[in-house]
Amino acid sequence: MSIESNGISVIIELGGGAELLFDKRKKHSVNLPGNDWTIQKLLFWMKDNLLKERPELFMQDDTVRPGILVLVNDTDWELLGEGNYKINSGDTIMFISTLHGG
Amino acid sequence: MPIPCSRQCGKKAILKRPKTGHALCKECFFYAFESEIHNTITQGKLFKPGDKVAIGASGGKDSTVLAYVLKTLNERYQYGIDLFLLSIDEGITGYRDDSLKTVQQNKDDYGLPLKILSYKELYGWTMDEIVAEIGKKNNCTFCGVFRRQALDRGAAFLGVDCIATGHNADDIAETVLMNILRGDIARLQRCTSIITAGADCIRRCKPLKYAYEKEIVMYAYFKQLVYFSTECVFAPNAYRGHARTYLKDLERIRPSSILDIIHSGETLQVKEGIKLPERRNCSRCGFVSSQEICKACIMLEGLNRGLPKLGIGKSTKVKRALESIAKDKCNDKCNGKCKDNERIEEKDLEF
Ligand SMILES: [Zn+2]
Ligand SMILES: [Zn+2]
Ligand SMILES: [Zn+2]
Repeated sequence: MSIESNGISVIIELGGGAELLFDKRKKHSVNLPGNDWTIQKLLFWMKDNLLKERPELFMQDDTVRPGILVLVNDTDWELLGEGNYKINSGDTIMFISTLHGG
Repeated sequence: MPIPCSRQCGKKAILKRPKTGHALCKECFFYAFESEIHNTITQGKLFKPGDKVAIGASGGKDSTVLAYVLKTLNERYQYGIDLFLLSIDEGITGYRDDSLKTVQQNKDDYGLPLKILSYKELYGWTMDEIVAEIGKKNNCTFCGVFRRQALDRGAAFLGVDCIATGHNADDIAETVLMNILRGDIARLQRCTSIITAGADCIRRCKPLKYAYEKEIVMYAYFKQLVYFSTECVFAPNAYRGHARTYLKDLERIRPSSILDIIHSGETLQVKEGIKLPERRNCSRCGFVSSQEICKACIMLEGLNRGLPKLGIGKSTKVKRALESIAKDKCNDKCNGKCKDNERIEEKDLEF
């Protein structure tokens, strides 16, 4: 299924309060141009294209703010190389904040 | 390339544990997480058979996971405890409405009885009414002080043996840091205790004391437990926020930092001859207090007298007001509730 350079489609999910920064929407289906995407690159793209408020609560330096968990297809990104993980079309990338409410 | 589970069960790992660095599959993670809480409970002797245990339930991630795990462990290991959910309704429009709905759902999902007590019932005032008096700037002081006593007051009201709260390892490490930063040696000594209680008081315990926030959230996610997440509608304490951020930064560099800080707190000893503030009972309500009259009573008195800033003002002013309060009898607003309160510790959830 490799349609060249048509981009990739990924599902971005937000939970645990992280959705509050993204227009309160918990699920975003997006198409990304090209096919050379890492999560780190996606973070900057999300910041520019999806994030609605207070970017400092989502990102710190060039990664997510400590306390936000990231899962790729329901696997902890810490097992997958974190920001260096190369995204495949059809991946679901989930961001869960641990910082909201107890 | 999927990473195999460190337990060599043949399944694919889904999470890296911050405590151990192990990569575990879903089932092995559930088992490890639950077993560690079970060990915390048995080693700390948190419960006795027959205990009536109230889970302080806010609808948030920690208390939701606590309720689910306690219910599971009580069945699995036959603790023989009588569990129920206890929620406090501060009366903040729009804030508790959703979280109380979540607690209702916990009640249905886990088959645990639920009791909701309101600030109105406990104090005679809702937070909305307090905000109307005091403005938005200082009301976290109020909601913090009132919240700290609310569970104890509620538990006394319901004849509970023990209150279990959802404080996790990150919370406790943060509190250790805060108490160091503030030089609050008395609280530093108490804040790592897994059980806090006085002679004839209700015990408070923290079964999630060694559970990392990351694992609590992952557990809730993979178990599909429903919880409510929001920022407190009132501004959080900025100082505490900095401590939290610092801790999270440390954790990223070295995940064991959290447990190391707790360990430091547990093993620190205060030199003999250091004078710690005396703990005594509030002459009004009987809760343990470092002052003649506890902070909640001062604030209530201020509200009831139309001097809402009383509890947060300068200490000399408070002192003068205190003297005048001490001379008075209980006023009618408290309906004598003050006296009926059993003696309970004003617990150290350390703000
Ligand atoms: Zn396994
Ligand atoms: Zn508050
Ligand atoms: Zn009092």
